[in-house]
Amino acid sequence: MRYLTDRKRAVGLGAAKSGTGHHWSMQVSSIALIILVPLFVFTFGCILGAPYEEVVAYYSRPFPAIVAALTLWVGMVHFKNGAQMAIEDYVHGFTGRLTIILVTCLAYAIAATGVYAIAKLAL
Amino acid sequence: MADVNRGNRPLSPFMLGKYYRFQLNSVTSILTRITGNALIVAAVLIAWWLLAAATGAEYFATVNWLLTSPLGYLVLVLSTLGLWYHTLAGIRHLIWDQGYCLEMEKADRLGWIVIIGSVVLTVLTVIIV
Repeated sequence: MRYLTDRKRAVGLGAAKSGTGHHWSMQVSSIALIILVPLFVFTFGCILGAPYEEVVAYYSRPFPAIVAALTLWVGMVHFKNGAQMAIEDYVHGFTGRLTIILVTCLAYAIAATGVYAIAKLAL
Repeated sequence: MADVNRGNRPLSPFMLGKYYRFQLNSVTSILTRITGNALIVAAVLIAWWLLAAATGAEYFATVNWLLTSPLGYLVLVLSTLGLWYHTLAGIRHLIWDQGYCLEMEKADRLGWIVIIGSVVLTVLTVIIV
């Protein structure tokens, strides 16, 4: 047993000082998604099931393309931050940090895939 | 005083069921997390579908068939339910963050609005789309 006071043991632990920024980021992305999600659900829903040529023509138009790209990008940033919060609650130590890194990579990979595809379709 | 029970305490997420009985607030809160994380499946499918459309007609036909198959349709409808639920639950959190509706009856009422609202919005989406 080490001779440390309770205060000495607690100083520097606890909050990582990034909680406010994290919470603010969740608020900003959630409000953006309140606007984007209904727009995306109905633009994507309308074209799903249509033939190839129609889908390509549809995403060549600015509105559906921009809505889809923004929804995927902002949605993945929101997912990354939200999933991080859940992981911090349930998975600890090295495994927890590794899971956060993998989830972050997955989120950016999906966002990049979606934005690349939409850019290629739109341009 | 040294704390003998260091890092071996029950943590909040694991106290449910065993130490706390389930109630509307805890169930809707857990569902917010489950739906939020489960939506990654829909995100993967939609990004894949867009990539296929950007690649070519043949690849698109395969992925489009998968998404419009009965199983794909089921996944997408369930994702729609999850998406509306998570959206409404998120709005509820934004209301709470501003300090409103934190009283028990009001919080419970919001919980029911989130559950019923998400089902209504899903039915509307399926009808319109």
